[in-house]
Amino acid sequence: MDPRYRLRRGMDQGMTLVCFLCTLLVLTPLVLVLTFLAQTGLSALNWDFFTKLPGAAGEPGGGMANAITGTLILIGLAGCLGIPIGVLGGTFLSEYPQTQVSRISRFAADVMNGIPSIVMGLFAYVLIVLPLRHFSALAGGVALGVMLIPTVMRTTEEVVRLVPQSVREAALALGIPQWKTTLRVVLPTATAGIVTGIMIALARIAGETAPLLFTAFGNRFWNRSILQPIAALPLQIFAYAISPFDDWHRQAWAGALVLVAIVLVVNVGARYATSRQVRLR
Amino acid sequence: MGSPQGGRLVRDTARTGDQWFRLLLAAMAAAVPFVIGTMVVALIAAAWPAILRFGARFLITTTWDPVASQFGVLSFVYGTVVSSALALLIAVPLGLGVSIFLSELVPGWLRTPISFLVELLAAIPSVVIGLWGIFVLVPWVRTTAEPALQASLGFLPLFRGPPLGLGLLTAGLILSVMVVPFVVAVSTAVMRAVPTAQREAAQALGATRWETTRTAVLPYARSGILGAIFLALARALGETMAVTMVIGNVAQIRVSLFAPAYTIPAVIANEFAEATGDLYVAALVYAGLVLLVVTVAMNALARLLVNRVVQGPSFIAE
Repeated sequence: MDPRYRLRRGMDQGMTLVCFLCTLLVLTPLVLVLTFLAQTGLSALNWDFFTKLPGAAGEPGGGMANAITGTLILIGLAGCLGIPIGVLGGTFLSEYPQTQVSRISRFAADVMNGIPSIVMGLFAYVLIVLPLRHFSALAGGVALGVMLIPTVMRTTEEVVRLVPQSVREAALALGIPQWKTTLRVVLPTATAGIVTGIMIALARIAGETAPLLFTAFGNRFWNRSILQPIAALPLQIFAYAISPFDDWHRQAWAGALVLVAIVLVVNVGARYATSRQVRLR
Repeated sequence: MGSPQGGRLVRDTARTGDQWFRLLLAAMAAAVPFVIGTMVVALIAAAWPAILRFGARFLITTTWDPVASQFGVLSFVYGTVVSSALALLIAVPLGLGVSIFLSELVPGWLRTPISFLVELLAAIPSVVIGLWGIFVLVPWVRTTAEPALQASLGFLPLFRGPPLGLGLLTAGLILSVMVVPFVVAVSTAVMRAVPTAQREAAQALGATRWETTRTAVLPYARSGILGAIFLALARALGETMAVTMVIGNVAQIRVSLFAPAYTIPAVIANEFAEATGDLYVAALVYAGLVLLVVTVAMNALARLLVNRVVQGPSFIAE
């Protein structure tokens, strides 16, 4: 064989190997983090963790019941703000794609996606905590809700765009006004995809900590009003992780395991749902 | 898309319905630029006392003394920039390798699972990565990585000083883990958008797969890859929790990568809730404003670069 060709082929195989090793290396942290959580978190998980309030500082025992509920409440609040705006806005981007508003909003959504989450927290602080003069679940919900908007909007746009044009034309041909066509025909057709996008976006904000530090703030007890500070799972994990107590470290691992389990289940579930949908099409 | 003439044949009520509906949807879509604008205005307003008092000096002085009401963020800027640069130094070559693997080399059936795993890495909450950082990465860096670096490269001032584990090096490592999925996602999308004809042309000239990648795919995707890098950089600059947990949180400028440092997001995260006094709060918001302006500019630039290669909205920023 021509030695120069042999060299070129060697280069080709060498680079293939390098790229393969890069892939292994990039996936290593994922494996390491998951095994770390499985090893440490599982042993720290118990019934108390889900049912009890946090214990006093330094004393073993107690759980994260209020933090788990708090995260659910915050996600609910965020969803009330982010989902309607995201879905309707995304529908606009898809149904009127060439308008000036669409072009600007699409670009702005991509840019907004990259705004650091801590800045979202500052925004909610200035907007809500300052006027109301105290930390509140509402402020945390707004911070997370604002973060939902661009992701939900862009995924909604993508899936609504996949609805075949003939479906819209069929509805319009029956004399149905366009707004009704969009609401009753186009959006229902795309529901599965829209819901999937929403689920992934919610799973993402469920783990956000930075925007909650000075909005939701955290709370060692049950929250009684959305105008009061509220606990959240990521906040609790952070507080316990940097604490000096071994028992709190164990609980942080347990909390992280629960959080990651939720995120993984939602992501895998969403992936499964969309892959089935695509196959059906 | 849906033809607006459709309503014209129908009753007038339907037409006004269409118009109102369109207006409602447009308002929702316009919420995004509106929120960004409001955010900038709100942060400027809240930071105003500090902007008036310190002006541009804020960025080039290192004194951060809440008691004396003197605020300068240079040491935080240093920590942010160095840790992010370190992260990119690791994440960009690795991420490009993965992207080439995913878009050019891997058999089709393996592509989906691998890119799914990379997406999962991005989906793990930052606080969880930070937790792993505290209990696994920091001890490993302290007992293994830093002594090894010191032994082999200790003649460089970068690798001198006591191995603490908490510091710029660990922050850079953990940031690289967090931004590499973004490099992979965007540059894979960009490489996949390179027309097949480009590859076929190279192959027709007898190029091997690697030569095709190097001479046809990478040059075509160049601006998009640059966009991916900017996107990852913006992420790294703004990443808060994981960095806060491993960088040591000491406001200082040291040449050594082993030294603890502090970043802008970390100082906001640690001090904001306890900040007392208008000027203190304003100074922290000012720091956040700097972060906002820089990341928005980088993201806008990144999008423009990526859109030059990937036409249309065919990839989601994830």
